[in-house]
Amino acid sequence: MIKDLFTATVIIGIISSGIRLATPYLYAAIGEMFGQRSGVLNLGVEGQMLLGAFVAYFVVLRTESLLLAILAAIGVGALMGLAMGFVTIQLQATQGIAGIGFYLFGMGMSNLLFQKLIGVVENIDGFSAIKIPLLGDIPVIGEIFFRQNLLVYLAFLLVPLAWFVLNKTTLGLKIRAVGENPEAADSLGVNVALVRYFTVTLGGILSSIAGASLSVALLNVFQQNMTAGQGFIAVALVYFGSWRPFGILAGALLFSMVNALQLWIQVLGIPIPSELAVMLPYILTILVLTLSLTKGKGPSALTKAFEREG
Amino acid sequence: MSQSKKLTSHPAKKRFAAVFDSFMPIFATIAALLVGAIFLLLLDANPITAYSALLEGAFGSFNAFAETLVKAIPLLLVGLGTCIAYRGSVTNIGGEGQMIVGALLSTWIGLSFTNLPGWLMITIAMLAGILGGAVWGGLPGVLKAYFNVNEILSTVMMNAIAVQIMNYMLRGPMIDPVQAEAASQIPQTARLEMAYRLPRLVPTRLHIGLLIAIILAVMVYVLLWRTTLGYRIRAVGQNQSAAKYGGIDVKKHIVLALLLSGAFAGLAGMMQVYGVNYRMITDGSATGFTGNAGFNGIVAALFGQLHPLITIPASILFGGLLVGANSMQRIVQVPSALITALNGLVVVFVVSSEYFRRRSQRKRIAFIESEDEGKPPKERSEGLGEAAS
Amino acid sequence: MKNTIKLFSLLLITVLLVAGCTQAAPPVEEPEVSDQPLRVAIVTPSSMNDLAFSQSISDAMQALQKEMGEGKLEYVYSENMFVVDDAAAAIRSYAQQGFDIILAHGSQYGSSVQEIAPDFPNTVFAWGTTVDTFDMPNVHAYEAASDEGGFVNGVMAALLTETKVIGVVGPIETGDAKLYIDGFAAGVKSVDPEIDVRVTYIGSFSDVALAAEAATTHLSAGADVLTGSAQMVIGAIGKAKEAGAYWFGTQADQTSFAHDVVVASQVYHWEVLLREIFALRQSGVLGGETFAATLDNGGQVIKINPDLDLGQDVLDEAERVIQGIIDQTISIP
Repeated sequence: MIKDLFTATVIIGIISSGIRLATPYLYAAIGEMFGQRSGVLNLGVEGQMLLGAFVAYFVVLRTESLLLAILAAIGVGALMGLAMGFVTIQLQATQGIAGIGFYLFGMGMSNLLFQKLIGVVENIDGFSAIKIPLLGDIPVIGEIFFRQNLLVYLAFLLVPLAWFVLNKTTLGLKIRAVGENPEAADSLGVNVALVRYFTVTLGGILSSIAGASLSVALLNVFQQNMTAGQGFIAVALVYFGSWRPFGILAGALLFSMVNALQLWIQVLGIPIPSELAVMLPYILTILVLTLSLTKGKGPSALTKAFEREG
Repeated sequence: MSQSKKLTSHPAKKRFAAVFDSFMPIFATIAALLVGAIFLLLLDANPITAYSALLEGAFGSFNAFAETLVKAIPLLLVGLGTCIAYRGSVTNIGGEGQMIVGALLSTWIGLSFTNLPGWLMITIAMLAGILGGAVWGGLPGVLKAYFNVNEILSTVMMNAIAVQIMNYMLRGPMIDPVQAEAASQIPQTARLEMAYRLPRLVPTRLHIGLLIAIILAVMVYVLLWRTTLGYRIRAVGQNQSAAKYGGIDVKKHIVLALLLSGAFAGLAGMMQVYGVNYRMITDGSATGFTGNAGFNGIVAALFGQLHPLITIPASILFGGLLVGANSMQRIVQVPSALITALNGLVVVFVVSSEYFRRRSQRKRIAFIESEDEGKPPKERSEGLGEAAS
Repeated sequence: MKNTIKLFSLLLITVLLVAGCTQAAPPVEEPEVSDQPLRVAIVTPSSMNDLAFSQSISDAMQALQKEMGEGKLEYVYSENMFVVDDAAAAIRSYAQQGFDIILAHGSQYGSSVQEIAPDFPNTVFAWGTTVDTFDMPNVHAYEAASDEGGFVNGVMAALLTETKVIGVVGPIETGDAKLYIDGFAAGVKSVDPEIDVRVTYIGSFSDVALAAEAATTHLSAGADVLTGSAQMVIGAIGKAKEAGAYWFGTQADQTSFAHDVVVASQVYHWEVLLREIFALRQSGVLGGETFAATLDNGGQVIKINPDLDLGQDVLDEAERVIQGIIDQTISIP
């Protein structure tokens, strides 16, 4: 039975499932990465995802406009991000706890709004798969990579884009400077608070889109607590990726593909308890990181509030 | 604080300011509830009725207050672990998993040995709970100290792993023999023997765990500020390179901080079984068993300014809020999702109120040279114990 | 620091004093007056509109309210009581408030009922889904024989599959979900033992994305008919719809969700059992009975999607199996 795992169907299945499952992690974790690189830990990703998922779903249900749905998700994510920014930057609140607060708020709010505004779940027409001309016709590879929906493509494009912004632009330099040594950055005339507001808001927006990618692109439904802990996994993946976009990509794909693998293990009837199969991605993520030799050092000022002297 | 005698100007005014400050979390809670009142109005519920139901449900009767205390016990225990972790500058968000493993181990022992005297089994079970939590917390500690694996990552992952272990154990090796026979096979263990239950303090659900937790709070205080081990954990937490320079084994103390903090969560898990439910039941998620205490305990510790003794009343107030909110849901029949959202608002408001407390404290602190507990105010502006590793 | 501690202690003492002064409301002794409305309190583990387990009891109460007429039945509920400890507090509090009947609608609430019921001998406690009444005079137990509906669904699935592969998406491997899934597999095998029934348990009741991916995996592995239990399967139904694979539902009528592919849903009608519980209370029996929602007593019904062209032989066979289960000529292994 184990050898059944090494057939083309299974391998193609694992990779394409992995790509879909990785999509929300990429948005959320890249957003979280920007925040952390500037020194802000946001544990509220899960709540932002749920609100984004709800709002996008609701807008599609009422207007059938995917564009409006994404704009609404961006709006809500920005608001949640700004609120997190106000609390942790302006009021210098303990970041971890504030994040837990926003997580609970987002979870409760999305459930409440769902119950009051919708009640009964319906299937909606979300983003449909777009076949990229020519590339989509390549056997196997085309099927895996070039017949996904728009939000999946954007998630993967986000990785090099984030890398570019972080490493090749002045903005990226400012973000990193603020995360490493806010005092020095401040003395060089960088507006520390402004940079952090920017990254935290961006993080909120991306988390919200992560949620939307579930509710209006990958699944086309909304269910209470539908993110089921993915926001926390996204935060963990930032550490896995050592605060680098491509590291996060590797982590998200590893976690998602092992998750797809465990489904195949169950489908093929390989006799292990289902619980053991379900744990596999979690165990392997820890294990891989433990054994990997290159682990980056986090931003020095992570979780440290900054206050200008005087 | 002993600053009052050192103050030279307007001692009465200063003291009033101190009083005002220490009530800050309560003011913040009230502010959050005022914002919540808007939601209540939108849901056609009368906020005054709702909030009196909340207060009544939490503190309004002997039985209600006992329920609040029952709720506070795991919050306090997890909170004590958080205090230690925070002082050692490590972030333990694995309380959920540590509670589960502690509970599993202690329940397994309690069901395996049926003829021991109650006091002996309770002692053994407490040790088993502590051991289970310590292992589940110590492992991320080892991974962090020796393999540079961030503890937020490992604790998040280990929470998920613990849930799956629990689901497997409760439907497999540890399932109630009665359920194993039944068609529906509810995933729960058999009930513990009467003799093994934690004794109750008064004729309510309140059990002796409360006293144990309070004693432990004092012990954590002593540990952190009156022992070498505590001093070293704090030294590593404040400045790793300085600690290393001072001859402290930094890695060992990182492990110890996480291990100890896990041990408290494990004990909390044991008490949920031996003091409240008398068996382990799973609904497939962590929350079904822990009631989110693994996270709420962290919040309670912060409400208690990460001080073990202040965490005692903070846990009780936070426990009261949770119990009262459930009661409010029952009486005014608002969706329970509102309660979760309100809970989040309270957390955000309280954590934000620290700013105002700190600011006015800083004005007063100018008069004080040093604090007796070695906690410079600057430290509070740091995050949830994230080490700059 | 010390000041703060003092202050907090002071506050607590005040609170304690207030607590001591307020008297707990005495348990209301409800006299048997027929024009008083029947007061029912429900405690459920998920939200009342989950399209699954909790929704089924909510629908039942609404049906009964309509049936019994204006002002005859009042009910309140605590939903999302997935924390066993909070559920226990809710159950006790409803009992103290003098509700006539308390429905503990979750198999995880057994211990709580066992603890609390003896303190309120005049209150009816009904616990589901289970068969255990703890031999208490005021505790009923109710369950759904979801293996029956699962069996019928399985028979139809076996007749509809062309690839001879059927995929199942479950939450965790216990309780109602396992009962349904085992019944379903038995139904398939009763038609054709060669058909491959592949089961995945995703380890969660809420992870819609993983449920969807599990369904996709089944489809890639050759399944052309799918089923699943619990509220996260909406993700799986969506994938069945996209792929045009047949779907069989349970716990609630899922036809409206994916009209083109949902063949049949096993639906619970708890009102059948609740009616009996209400009647027994009228005659002074407060507990000790075990109820099962079966195809026989109408507590569960197989709702077939009328708009799908399944072929008369499939419908006839389903009807024959349902009748067989009712007459007990067909027994589920």
